[in-house]
Amino acid sequence: MIENLTNLDFEPFWISFKLASVTTFVLFFISLPLSWFLSQTNSKIKPYIESLVSLPIVLPPSVLGFYLLWGFSTSSPLGRYLQENLNIELVFSFEGLVVASCFYSLPFMVQPVQSGMESLNKNIIEASYLSGKGKITTLFRVVLPNIKPSLLSAVVITFAHTIGEFGVVLMVGGNIDGETKVASVAIYEMVETLDFANAHIYSGIMLIISFIVLLFVYMFNHRQKKVML
Amino acid sequence: MISLHVKKELLNDISLDIKFDLQYGEFLALKGKSGSGKTTFLRILAGLESASGYIKIDDEIWLDEKTFLPPQKRSIGFVFQDYALFPNMSVIENLLYVKKDLELAKHLLEIIELEKLKDIKPANLSGGQKQRVALARAMMKKPKVLLLDEPLSAIDPFTRQKLQKEILQLHNTFKTITILVSHEPSEIYKLSTKVAVLKDGKIQKEGLVKEILLKQKGSQKFSLEAEILDIKKIDTVYSVVLAIGQQLNEIVLSPNEAKYLKIGQKVTISTKAFSPNIFSI
Repeated sequence: MIENLTNLDFEPFWISFKLASVTTFVLFFISLPLSWFLSQTNSKIKPYIESLVSLPIVLPPSVLGFYLLWGFSTSSPLGRYLQENLNIELVFSFEGLVVASCFYSLPFMVQPVQSGMESLNKNIIEASYLSGKGKITTLFRVVLPNIKPSLLSAVVITFAHTIGEFGVVLMVGGNIDGETKVASVAIYEMVETLDFANAHIYSGIMLIISFIVLLFVYMFNHRQKKVML
Repeated sequence: MISLHVKKELLNDISLDIKFDLQYGEFLALKGKSGSGKTTFLRILAGLESASGYIKIDDEIWLDEKTFLPPQKRSIGFVFQDYALFPNMSVIENLLYVKKDLELAKHLLEIIELEKLKDIKPANLSGGQKQRVALARAMMKKPKVLLLDEPLSAIDPFTRQKLQKEILQLHNTFKTITILVSHEPSEIYKLSTKVAVLKDGKIQKEGLVKEILLKQKGSQKFSLEAEILDIKKIDTVYSVVLAIGQQLNEIVLSPNEAKYLKIGQKVTISTKAFSPNIFSI
């Protein structure tokens, strides 16, 4: 056991964390305008956009993975364009994993931020407009500072969800050492090769990290609610 | 001067149709049951809702067929019933958010007597204090028009009197055109110069406060609106408990007089024969 621990290869964890950090960062900035739009609009297209955003929750990861794989490959116009004109190859690469994770984790960022914005007293937003401020100023100076718990939940859940991602990563990224082999894929490989000792250690580490992350979010939100009251 | 005629379809086939002119320094109170369109009207004035018709202030057009000025560009101060202060900002930051004019902010805080609490967050203020901050914030723009949407309805009677004075002081200092939505006759009487009663989106009655609110008919000396809380038969007479404003009174009526009365009914009580005795309390 001790020997296993000292010889442990931490690279899959490192790749998982790198992937989750980059994905969370990118998604945060994509989701802000999207959530703001969804929370403020009464347009008829709102349910269509909401359904599209939430698709990754209900779709089997293999379906999403299949479409992304096809989209990134040279069989699709997009993949061909990326490869021929920009020399970007997304299949079986870390960059491809980031793009795939952004699709996969999008609802986990958009939904909490949107619901935080929707539950904010509408009069506060209108009071900001009546104070002569536009939508952007209102978003950054009034809306975001008052939905901190929602923002934190969104960021942490997105991060944790990306760490826990398996199907899409396996399909789009494969299992390349040091490039696309994330912790969840490494565990799958260990079980496949009957290396249960290491699978135990890896799974145990993932379990503890996930628990601590969630505990941190719930404790913070609990405290925030008390402060607000 | 503000001159307007706004129209909008409301729910339940009621349409809002309001037309009037007001001069600077005038104070209009809007009265009417809920659903009569008071709040919608204020929101249209502020640019928070669309409508047809026109709104013109001096030579500036806020609304007509071609123009719709957004709330940011209208010279409006708006006070919400629920204060709508920015919870993440302190009292003074709430004011400075509107305009970075520290001198004006301090002057306004002086008027509302909250200089000492300027660094406190709204969550730590009482309802009355919050509403005073909201009032000061609305004045930071030095608006031409001040809109007050039932600003004092959630505030206790004592604080309410103090706030009424402050509203009047701000209105007089800045010579705004002020429109107040209120249900309280005494409040309307103290503050406003004109009153309009809305019913189903239209102005049913408008005029000077005395003309509209004083309900005396003929030569009655006293006339009070009351609600019947209880009717009890005692021997051959009836004891009736009435609520007149916040005050409870018990009167004795003959069976004939009590015959048509029901619990919960609104009634007018008047008396002619006696001159009133007034004692200070």
